[in-house]
Amino acid sequence: MPRKLLLENINVPGIETFDTYRKHGGYASVEKALKTMTPDAVMEEVKTSGLRGRGGAGFPAGLKWSFLDRKSEKPRYLVCNADESEPGTFKDRYLMEKIPHLLIEGMITSSYALGARTSYIYIRGEYMYIVRILERAIGEAYAAGFLGQNILGTSYSLDVYVHPGAGAYICGEETALLESLEGKRGNPRLKPPFPAVAGLYAAPTVVNNVETITAVVPIINFGGDEYAQIGVGKSHGTKLISASGHINKPGVYEIELGLPVEEFIYSDEYCGGIWKGRKLKAVVAGGSSVPILPAHLILKTAKGEPRLMTYESLGEGGFVSGTMLGSGGFIVMDETACIVRNLWTFTRFYHHESCGQCSPCREGTGWMEKVLHRIEHGHGHMTDIDLLVDVAKKIEGNTICPLGDAAAWPVASAIRHFREEFEYHVKYPEKVTDPKHFEKEPFRAEKFEAVNNYPLSVNS
Amino acid sequence: MQFSDKTFALVQKIIKRYPEGKQKSALLPVLHLAQAEFDGWLSPEVMDYVAGLLMIKPIEVYEVASFYSMYNLNPVGKCLIEVCQTGPCWLRGSDDIVAHLESRLKIKVGETSPDGMFTLKTVECLGSCGTAPMLQCGSQYHENLTTDKVDAILEDLSVKNERTTYMK
Repeated sequence: MPRKLLLENINVPGIETFDTYRKHGGYASVEKALKTMTPDAVMEEVKTSGLRGRGGAGFPAGLKWSFLDRKSEKPRYLVCNADESEPGTFKDRYLMEKIPHLLIEGMITSSYALGARTSYIYIRGEYMYIVRILERAIGEAYAAGFLGQNILGTSYSLDVYVHPGAGAYICGEETALLESLEGKRGNPRLKPPFPAVAGLYAAPTVVNNVETITAVVPIINFGGDEYAQIGVGKSHGTKLISASGHINKPGVYEIELGLPVEEFIYSDEYCGGIWKGRKLKAVVAGGSSVPILPAHLILKTAKGEPRLMTYESLGEGGFVSGTMLGSGGFIVMDETACIVRNLWTFTRFYHHESCGQCSPCREGTGWMEKVLHRIEHGHGHMTDIDLLVDVAKKIEGNTICPLGDAAAWPVASAIRHFREEFEYHVKYPEKVTDPKHFEKEPFRAEKFEAVNNYPLSVNS
Repeated sequence: MQFSDKTFALVQKIIKRYPEGKQKSALLPVLHLAQAEFDGWLSPEVMDYVAGLLMIKPIEVYEVASFYSMYNLNPVGKCLIEVCQTGPCWLRGSDDIVAHLESRLKIKVGETSPDGMFTLKTVECLGSCGTAPMLQCGSQYHENLTTDKVDAILEDLSVKNERTTYMK
């Protein structure tokens, strides 16, 4: 049986309450860390575990912690990034809503390791109902002596607060998040200095994603070594995958890293195959920002090896034939999906969410949206396709934060893998006037084949 | 113009979450409270009042209020209906939901019904991709929408006849 480290107790009735959570082994990591370990020992376990940031970048979490300026006279902060806004990603919401104490426990253990006495959970404003769930859980943790002064009779004290944002994808970028937490517009900062040196209120700060912080709980409970044994290569532990789109069973799944992509899509344990008996056309594997891949490249690498759900395997082939694990936002498209229209919605999203500081992103995302709109609506020119590639190239790498790259990659990859479909929109405008133009008759390109009832070799 | 005693006490509590002198950090949460208490939008007067409470310049409030999509800088209907339309929701039929709402409410996206009851808005990804299509009204997420479900939601909102806010 694959191990579940985060979601094991998610369906236990009443798990959102302190008493039930505690009965199922909750807050053991706090007891273990505060009573038997030094803060540095906690950090060493996280380093040993090989845990990588679960928000999307995949940077080693223990290493990020080790950068924190411990010589500074200023207070240190842990800030939890719960601004989950990447299209296709809804795992943090699921965690916080169903098992809020897991996050609070992770916050306490992590704050102890970092020496933070005040920590904030920055949550996107649209999740306001979860703010109330978290505040209730925090209240229970204070009442039980796991937060506040002298936790469990030790000399360690901690306060945790929930801070709602107000609708801005960019605040998921850690320096924009800190600006927002300081009551300003969410404009990303120039780096260096990095938050580890000058973060919240110019004090040393670590910003970690919700899932990263919750993963600290099993790492301390079982030890970093045991956690590191799960997975393949440099992808250790379990990962939450948010599965959406044209599949039979959308939802949040905890997988052991290393699971074959094919099994994830077709097994009844996970996505349950493509809905309505249709064929798989394409997958965006790690949230809207990562390159889209056609069916044959998501199931197998260009070398013909089975593609695995790991940072390395999904990245195999670079951006020519690979993609990224990203945030684990797994968006599946069947044969009736229009790649151009889907891309147009993504680009509209990035245009809407660009903070406007850097010209290439502010202007470029707008132009890409406009050009895609006219191609999709049958008013495009053949030269528009290369124009899109050109604009994407001029955004990529030319902005102070990764939103520009995130906007450019989907455009570049969609044209790389589905160019014929863009050309079709330009050549036959009368065939794309109906917004659901591929619903009755899927688009067939010569260069790729949609995969029909792909044999599930793992189970058969 | 001023907050009710209850909200004012809550504002003071929120300010205390941040270090002394960093009360500006409370701006986003306090603007949410202001919008909920003062008719669902942030008028210049409301923003000036918040600036005074937090001892910051009015421009510091305006620039923030105009940056974040959840703050309304113009009046909205009693019930603000926000339909997600980004990729994953579109794949599951959000276009049909928007079209159905437009025909039922007899307004276009961005408009308010003549009786001031409903404002229809499309928004970008609300993190409900696995339960798409979806809409948000106040703090409530309505998910796995069908046109029948939308009808039931509209009926329910009409009967209740209350202003929806993110804080309820």
